[in-house]
Amino acid sequence: MLAYTIYLSFAGALILALLPRVPASFARVLALFFALGGLAVAVAGFIAGGTQGNVAVADVAWVPAMGIHYTLAADGISRVLVLLTGLASVAGVLFSWNIDERTNEFFAFYLVLIGGVYGVFLSVDLFLLFVFYEIAIVPKYFLIAIWGSTRREYGAMKLALYSFAGSAMVLIGLLAAYATAGAHTMDLHALARYPFPVSFQMWAFPLVFTGFAILAGMWPFHTWAPTGHVAAPTAASMLLAGVVMKLGAYGCLRVAMTLFPHGLDPWGFSFFGLDSWRTVFGLLAVIGIVYGAAVALVQDDFKFVIGYSSVSHMGLVLLGLLTLSQIGIDGAVLQMFSHGVLAGLLFAIVGRVVYGRTHTRDLNKLSKLQLGKAMPFAAWLFVIAGMASMGLPGFSGFIAELQVLIGAWQVYPWFAAVAGVGIVVGVAYTWRAMQKAFFSDTPAVTADGAAVPIPRYEPITWPEAAGVILLAGTSLVVGLYPRLLLDVITPATHALLMGGRP
Amino acid sequence: MNGVNYWNLFAITLPESLLEVISLVVLIVDLGLLRKSSHATRMAVAAVLGVVGCAASIWWLSGHAGSEAAVGDFLVATPLVAAAQIGILILTGLVLLLSIKAEFSRNPGEFVAIVLLGTTGMMLVAAARDLLMIFVALELLSLSLYVLTAFAKNSAQSAEAALKYYLFGGMSAALMLFGFSYLYGLTGTTSLPGIAQMLATGATSPLLIVALVLVAAGLGFKVAAVPFHLWAPDTYQGAPAPVTALIASGSKVASFAVLVALTTALAGASSSASGTSASSMSASSMSWIVLLLWMAAGSIVLGNLAALVQTSVRRLLAYSAIAHAGYMLLGIAAHTPQSGAAVLYYALTYALTTVGAFGVIAVVERATGSDRLDAFAGLSRRSPLLAGTMLIFLLSLAGIPPLVGFWAKFNLFASVLRAGTIGVWGLGLVAVALAASAVSLYYYLQVLKRIYVIKPVQAEPLAISFVELTTLILIALAVIALGVLPGALSGWIQLG
Repeated sequence: MLAYTIYLSFAGALILALLPRVPASFARVLALFFALGGLAVAVAGFIAGGTQGNVAVADVAWVPAMGIHYTLAADGISRVLVLLTGLASVAGVLFSWNIDERTNEFFAFYLVLIGGVYGVFLSVDLFLLFVFYEIAIVPKYFLIAIWGSTRREYGAMKLALYSFAGSAMVLIGLLAAYATAGAHTMDLHALARYPFPVSFQMWAFPLVFTGFAILAGMWPFHTWAPTGHVAAPTAASMLLAGVVMKLGAYGCLRVAMTLFPHGLDPWGFSFFGLDSWRTVFGLLAVIGIVYGAAVALVQDDFKFVIGYSSVSHMGLVLLGLLTLSQIGIDGAVLQMFSHGVLAGLLFAIVGRVVYGRTHTRDLNKLSKLQLGKAMPFAAWLFVIAGMASMGLPGFSGFIAELQVLIGAWQVYPWFAAVAGVGIVVGVAYTWRAMQKAFFSDTPAVTADGAAVPIPRYEPITWPEAAGVILLAGTSLVVGLYPRLLLDVITPATHALLMGGRP
Repeated sequence: MNGVNYWNLFAITLPESLLEVISLVVLIVDLGLLRKSSHATRMAVAAVLGVVGCAASIWWLSGHAGSEAAVGDFLVATPLVAAAQIGILILTGLVLLLSIKAEFSRNPGEFVAIVLLGTTGMMLVAAARDLLMIFVALELLSLSLYVLTAFAKNSAQSAEAALKYYLFGGMSAALMLFGFSYLYGLTGTTSLPGIAQMLATGATSPLLIVALVLVAAGLGFKVAAVPFHLWAPDTYQGAPAPVTALIASGSKVASFAVLVALTTALAGASSSASGTSASSMSASSMSWIVLLLWMAAGSIVLGNLAALVQTSVRRLLAYSAIAHAGYMLLGIAAHTPQSGAAVLYYALTYALTTVGAFGVIAVVERATGSDRLDAFAGLSRRSPLLAGTMLIFLLSLAGIPPLVGFWAKFNLFASVLRAGTIGVWGLGLVAVALAASAVSLYYYLQVLKRIYVIKPVQAEPLAISFVELTTLILIALAVIALGVLPGALSGWIQLG
């Protein structure tokens, strides 16, 4: 059943691409229809899957001569991330209600991207997974380059090249694994059972892990993320931060760590305290957490603040994965979901609600507009989303970060401590942005010293309200009752830990 | 070549003979019956006749594709050769369809006739298994292409391109013939199986290395591999668009087919995927493989880097062709049956995509008078369908799934890694190739950026004829279909 998420998205993309110049309003409704369809299937699949383990979805021989199958299946992790994709895609359509130029093309590229993302989360055959992974790259370029803003062509090209370079690294690893195993199969589970020599895993693991981690925004390969997020139109930033970065983290967990578990083993020597790829990547993740937060603290562009906060939050995901413990990986997956929802919400508020009305993202300019009074709804929204994002109990971020930190504490106390500092800085940059953008008390003055009256802005529209309720509500529900997701995630991570590592 | 069975020869070369006859018919019809007709009619009639000829040959070949036959040691018909020949014929047919509206020539009859002659050469090259036969067929092909390159008589660029192509080509043909003569002197035979046998038993002499280098120069020129690639950018840019398409497609397929056969003879056929390891190869096969690997590495790196700075789309595709030749040479160096088939698969699908891309370039050139990147600005609004086909072609060249270019790359590199014949070099060069293909996305996106992102200078729709548009859409659909269902060709070319 879950496979229809993919087919619906691609069908929608095809229809929108082939339609002659239709009115923008019609294209929007059509896109919303297909996104809602995807979400409905994702929710149904999530409920039907319950807490059971792997649910097979489809298995058809695709290229028998090379042992490549069209195999789709969903375990708990996949079902949670498919659900996230459904939510993000609907919210993205709602927040791009103002796209008037080439609307059908916009939503065609948008739905191709969504379909590719669904496909990655559901693929079991590695070849298929890679195909969907690459399908998700190209539309990002066009979404940003055509409908983007600040330095859009640069941001789009940088993002496309980083993604493609990462996927080339992944492809080298997959091809080498395919050739080394000798068996004609690309099935993840079949390949994972093959005992790859440790020496092989020692170079294949970092290659594939880095390839995927580029898309997850791992420091120092994160630089595409802020520029890409800033250049992208609102819906594309929401998707980029919301689901595309999750593709990378998901690939790290599902492919790199499952296929080459011994790549994480100690090297047998220590180099400045680094004794395995696990420590190396753990260190990079922690640097990402602190660095992303620290850079977000000094940004003047509102979107850059959110962009760097994404780097910081994704660092937590990677750190959680590398703990290799039940609680750490559970936390990482939950953090993927939580960040997907919250980053989407933040980008929506900054990119659509605030920028769409004030036409500036400069915090110094915003601080003179008294938005707290002019746009109380936006201010309240940002307060809620910001609190959730900085890990306030009651929202989804809290429980996820707590789990990651507990998991990290058990293995790498130092990393956990430093990551904790990063989270505190996270509070600071959210607070600073909030204060500057919404609650500044230095009104702009005209040349003769008179206060400029508070400008009037368009009230919140229904698509915006619907999108906000969807995302914020999800975060709240998950925060209040995290077992909703954790009961689904835990069996899957447990199976991974048992199957992936002795 | 004693004891040739002429009936056998006739049976095997029937499709080629058919093309020759049709090329004469085209000349007769054009010069005899249509002298008073308009240029458009003459071009259309000649092209349609040519397409019919190709179709008839394809029909005959596909009826006999399963059988194996040979004329002595010098011409063979195997399923793989048949696949290459059918591919070449399809490519020629597409080129002819796309040149129906071409206006560069006042002699459509001669144009089509020479295209068919060149195609005959390509088909013979693919089937030849004897040094003399290879040389004669290659010359038939090359001479036709030299003439075709110069066909736009009003264009100085066309003349310059033809002269460059001819001078480089003549030189490399001479080198190759010189190398062949050494090979003959060393082994006492001109047939490839015979040479393979002699090389397997005989001792290596330094002369052999000289011979191999000379042969590599000759064939390296045909496939535009570094360092014998210098003609390619100028010729791609100067020649009339359909001719460039032909040079980039059919001629490449034929040259790679013969390279596969030659490598099998020179490096020894390793029977299984895990066959001979690098250490147990003889010195002669070693040196041939090393030559191929160097050419491959050079082509991949230089082709992709040089393409980055091009502003002419034709030159860009020329450098990208050099890079693609590098990928294929990698497959040839692996010299297993699987990698040979993978190279052919790659060459055929690459050629198909390139024909499509040059078809689009031809249309844009006719409308804007230029093949520069800026001429493509806003194409998506001037002609959405044309832009869509170009999107598919370029993404396929860049190797984005689910298009066929990705499949061909995956299949090729998997076969190289599985071969094990070139050991760790295989892995290293595959890594280089994949890294370079990440670079290649940049320049393909440069074109696509003009097409989709930049606003058009003139907004009026682009004129495009029905035949051209249909042909391009068909090619694009084939590129998608072969990518989604890669097994479709496996009846002819074994995957894996």
